[in-house]
Amino acid sequence: MQATKKKQAILIETNTDFEVRSLDTACVNDSQLSHPWWYNFKYLVAGVLFGVILVKSEVVSWFRIQEMFRLQSFRMYGIIGSAVVVGAISVWLIKRFNVKTIYGESINLHPKKFNKGQVFGGLIFGLGWAITGACPGPLFAQIGAGFTVVIITLASAIAGTWVYGKFRQRLPH
Amino acid sequence: MQLIQWLSKPWPWYVAGPLIGLFVPALLIMGNKNFGISSSLRHVCAAFVPARIPFFQYNWKKEIWNLFFVSGIVIGAFIAASIFNNPQPVDVSPALVQSLKANGIHHFSGLMPADLFSWQNLFTVKGFFFIIVGGFMVGFGTRYAGGCTSGHSIMGLANLQFASLVATCCFMIGGFIMANLILPFILRL
Repeated sequence: MQATKKKQAILIETNTDFEVRSLDTACVNDSQLSHPWWYNFKYLVAGVLFGVILVKSEVVSWFRIQEMFRLQSFRMYGIIGSAVVVGAISVWLIKRFNVKTIYGESINLHPKKFNKGQVFGGLIFGLGWAITGACPGPLFAQIGAGFTVVIITLASAIAGTWVYGKFRQRLPH
Repeated sequence: MQLIQWLSKPWPWYVAGPLIGLFVPALLIMGNKNFGISSSLRHVCAAFVPARIPFFQYNWKKEIWNLFFVSGIVIGAFIAASIFNNPQPVDVSPALVQSLKANGIHHFSGLMPADLFSWQNLFTVKGFFFIIVGGFMVGFGTRYAGGCTSGHSIMGLANLQFASLVATCCFMIGGFIMANLILPFILRL
C-alpha cells in the first residue's frame, strides 16, 4: 500500500509540465485535480483580502519603498520579516503533520534550483522595484487604489516578461 | 462605523506582516497553490501573445487561479482605498520627506507622489523613466529571477530555499543602488 502510494507520487512528479517548471518554480498550480472554472472564485476572494492588506499595510506606497531602501524605517522589514516567519512556521507545520488540501490532496512543495538568473534578474528587479515603488503584487493594488496610470507600468512589466521569454535562450542562467 | 474608522488607520507591521504570511498556507490548503504573483504576467503573455516562444507554450489555463487572485487584489485595493481610506498622508520618516522635497517632490498626500505617477507625466522624461522603464525592469527582472517578493522572498524563504535567499539579497542590493545612488539624479532631471 505504502509502496504504491510512493510510486504514484513519483508518477505525479514526473508528469509536471516541464516548461512551467523550468527555472521557475514559483507560483505554480500543483494540484492534479481539474475543477470547473468557477472553483477559482475562492482565489478571487483571497485576492480581495490580500489587496486590502497590501493597501492598509502601506506596502504599496512608493514612499514606504523609498524609506526601506534608504534604511529610514523599520516598518517594511518588520512586515516582510514577520510574513516570512509566519510562512515558515506554517510550511513546517504542513510538512510535519502532512496537512492535506481541502480536497484531500497532499501538499507539494518544490525546491527552487539556484541559477545565475536569480542574481542578474534579482538585481534588475531590485532596481525597478525602487523606481516604481512596487513589486508585481502592489502594481495591481496601486491600480485598484486609484493610480490608474500604473496600468501603463503593468503593461510595461508584461512587455518586460515577454521580452525575457523571447531572449531567454541567449541570457546567462 | 467605529470598526470602519479603526480599520481605516494604517495597520501596524506586526498585524500586516503575519497576515501576509498566512497567504502561504492558505493558498496551499485551498488547492496546492504556491504563493506568487509575478507569474501572472507570464500567464498573460502565454494567453494573449505567445508568439510561438517556447517559454510561453504551456497550459496557462491550469494557472488561471493566479489571474483570479491578482484580479482580487485590484478589487481589494479599491475597497481599501474607498471604504477604509486613510485621509492622512503616509507617515514617512521626516528625513525622507526632507530629501524628497529637495529633489522636487511636493505631493505627500497619497500613497504615491502625484509629481511622478500621473497621466500628465507619462510623456515627460521623468514619467517615461518612472512609469515605463521601471515597469519593464520589474517584469523582466522578476521573470529572469524566477519570482518576485512573494514567490521568492516570502514563499521561497518560508520554504527555506537557498536560491530564494540569493534572489532576495539581489532584490535588496538593486533597490539600495537605485534608491540611494541613481534616483537622486533622475529626480533632479
